Amino acid sequence: MSEPTVSDREEQRLEAQTDEGAQMMRSTRGEVLGGDVLWPESDDTMILNMGPQHPSTHGVLRIMLELDGETILRSKPVIGYLHTGMEKTGEELTYVQGGTNVTRMDYLAPLSNELVYSMAVERLLDIDVPPRATWMRMMLVELGRMASHLLFQATNGMDVGAVSMMVYGWREREMTLRFLEKVTGLRMNHNFIRPGGLAADLPDDWREDLDELCVLVEHGVGEYADLLAENPIFQERLVGVGCITTEEAIARGITGPILRSTGFPWDLRKAQPYLAYDEVDFDVICGQNGDCYDRFQIRLNEILESVKIVRQCAERMPAGDYRVQDRKVTPPPRARIDESMEALIHHFKLFTEGFRVPPGETYVAIESPRGEIGCYLVSDGSGKPVRLHIRGPSFYNLQSLDPMVAGALISDAVAIVSSVDPIMGEADR
Amino acid sequence: MPLDGLPHNFLTARLEDLVQWARERSVFPATFGLACCAMEMMATGAAHYDLARYGMEVFRASPRQADLMIVAGRVSQKMAPVLRQVYDQMVDPKWVISMGVCASTGGMFNNYALVQGVDQIVPVDVYVPGCPPGPETLFHGILTLHHQIRTGELLRRRERSGAGAGIDVAQRDGTPSHVQPIPIRRKSA
Amino acid sequence: MADDTDGPAAATAAPADDIAVAVVERFEGAVAHDSHGQPVVYVDPATWHDVAAFLHGEQRFTQCVDVTAVDHLVDDARADVPGVTPTRFEVVANFLSHPRNRRLRVICEVGDDPPTVASLTDLYPGVNFAEREVYDMFGIAFDGHPDLTRILMPDDWVGHPLRKDDAPARIPVVFKDDPAPR
Repeated sequence: MSEPTVSDREEQRLEAQTDEGAQMMRSTRGEVLGGDVLWPESDDTMILNMGPQHPSTHGVLRIMLELDGETILRSKPVIGYLHTGMEKTGEELTYVQGGTNVTRMDYLAPLSNELVYSMAVERLLDIDVPPRATWMRMMLVELGRMASHLLFQATNGMDVGAVSMMVYGWREREMTLRFLEKVTGLRMNHNFIRPGGLAADLPDDWREDLDELCVLVEHGVGEYADLLAENPIFQERLVGVGCITTEEAIARGITGPILRSTGFPWDLRKAQPYLAYDEVDFDVICGQNGDCYDRFQIRLNEILESVKIVRQCAERMPAGDYRVQDRKVTPPPRARIDESMEALIHHFKLFTEGFRVPPGETYVAIESPRGEIGCYLVSDGSGKPVRLHIRGPSFYNLQSLDPMVAGALISDAVAIVSSVDPIMGEADR
Repeated sequence: MPLDGLPHNFLTARLEDLVQWARERSVFPATFGLACCAMEMMATGAAHYDLARYGMEVFRASPRQADLMIVAGRVSQKMAPVLRQVYDQMVDPKWVISMGVCASTGGMFNNYALVQGVDQIVPVDVYVPGCPPGPETLFHGILTLHHQIRTGELLRRRERSGAGAGIDVAQRDGTPSHVQPIPIRRKSA
Repeated sequence: MADDTDGPAAATAAPADDIAVAVVERFEGAVAHDSHGQPVVYVDPATWHDVAAFLHGEQRFTQCVDVTAVDHLVDDARADVPGVTPTRFEVVANFLSHPRNRRLRVICEVGDDPPTVASLTDLYPGVNFAEREVYDMFGIAFDGHPDLTRILMPDDWVGHPLRKDDAPARIPVVFKDDPAPR
């Protein structure tokens, strides 16, 4: 049987969907089993509920599927099972504390969240961070990207049945997390990138550790490519599965590896560079068919590109301050608190009241491992934001599920959800 | 041999020990990874921190086949009935570990959206602190649970409290243990 | 960034951003503004959908990156934009043009309770979830949305959490060893 082409799937999808269908597939009172009132289009189809507690829904995602046998006709993702009220909490925390909140949204790449939030606050304050802070931030965010994509390799492998990949994939991720623990103090949810710079400087022997880490990661990625990329069963499961076209993806607000897998080379690090991405040399990995295999290859190769960037950052790391020397924004060095009354007062005021940000609003967007993450921040001159909104890429990327799973089998749906790589923390916030 | 010379409950006590031993050594966790703690739970099951040493690496998707529910992450209002339903579907004897501060008390999110502690919905036996607790702390919580099962302390505590055993464990991340952590650098040959 | 505003003089003066100027010329009640180097256009709520159609069609803004809202009920101070009458709720949309590599933010002051604004899902299907979230969190209804239901809160939730008069429902924290209240 020949591989289904993109146009076949498109036809099937358009046939199966109607406006009334969209109206009818509405979630009801949050009951998972037996309480859903849905009207399938015909008597031969079945509504199946996948999630929110399910081994392969990548967190608490619920997908309602209308099935004809094993073939999916329509689907509807239902989210909100991890809604934490982070945007409301963000309005009650000061700008100094905001990083702790924001970092838990996309919990797989916490440094990206912190970066976009800090950049938004700095833009409203109209301050620039010193070059060392910029390069350190870039290096840490790329390490976070590596850790995120390594976890994707592990879970993607497990979801399509290569269970040993789940065990292998964590190997390099553990090493990366250990390096991040050495630098930031925590394995995850670091709260290290803060408005004004970073929380602390790099430890003394970071360079040797980093060089070794890069060698190990490259070696590991080579092994994963050998294990999976040419594997006929892996290809059978992923090639031609979950195809999406560029027009569909752009219309649905999709960014990141999914958009790049359709053949459209859009990466904010190249298109609208921030930090020092215009000064380092790396490639944007792009697919062709928009299927799951392309997304797997894109993320695999993005790990290697991140290693390239990290190496360049390590070589070119400038000396200097790791945070801006503005007393109203960054705390004084701990040693000075013992010596100077002024330093003590500044420290106290900063960590109790925080600093004030003049009234304004801004939107800053960066490229996280999942796509464009944006921070829309509105301030009113007080120490707490009026509105802290994070544009989570997974929130929009989940809207790509519908064209991708229509006409596919249930087992393909698992592979497709895995290739979208949603993180429900940023989808639900 | 006449049975008069044997002390009472000789066989019963040994059988109970056997049962507790079996229960301790064959715990199957149910997949209940919700948020960031799920990442650390997966890390605990992965090769470096290897939960398979205790036979627990198989996370059963079906709650009927699981005995331990590790609530890993924050429980939102929408998720609470789902949590309760999964707990109800589990077969006795069942245990609950509340992993992380969000599951234990609501964590840093003291607001409308989260259940302030999963012990409002299900009885919790072990509370593991951390945000997220590293694999070492989670292990400490799991091993504490195992030990309490083995000695029968867990069931006694449950009877006393009427709900879960409610054991708090200490944070163990980054503490030097008898297991040497693997350094990032390879040892030169 | 790709827009070409001049330096500090652009802070309150009209920006040199040609797209913002084009929107202002085309639509009654639109005001262009520069916000920390980014072009913003404040439009009349009645023209919300037409502005989006103009951006989608003629200006080739291929993607609506984000739709969100702001509740200004308890602001300490508010940035004054000449020509714009501030109201309690604002709806904000960020647009991105891939071929032109430009961004534009469009804001409209939708008034107080209960606000309704046109939905952009026919032009940009990707804002489906975003508009549902705004409805769920703020109560702002979108005219023409195919499925305007709650998305993040349970379906039977009462209230709109991100409104400033909706309580954060913080429970008082009690520690184990606290002295008993007298």
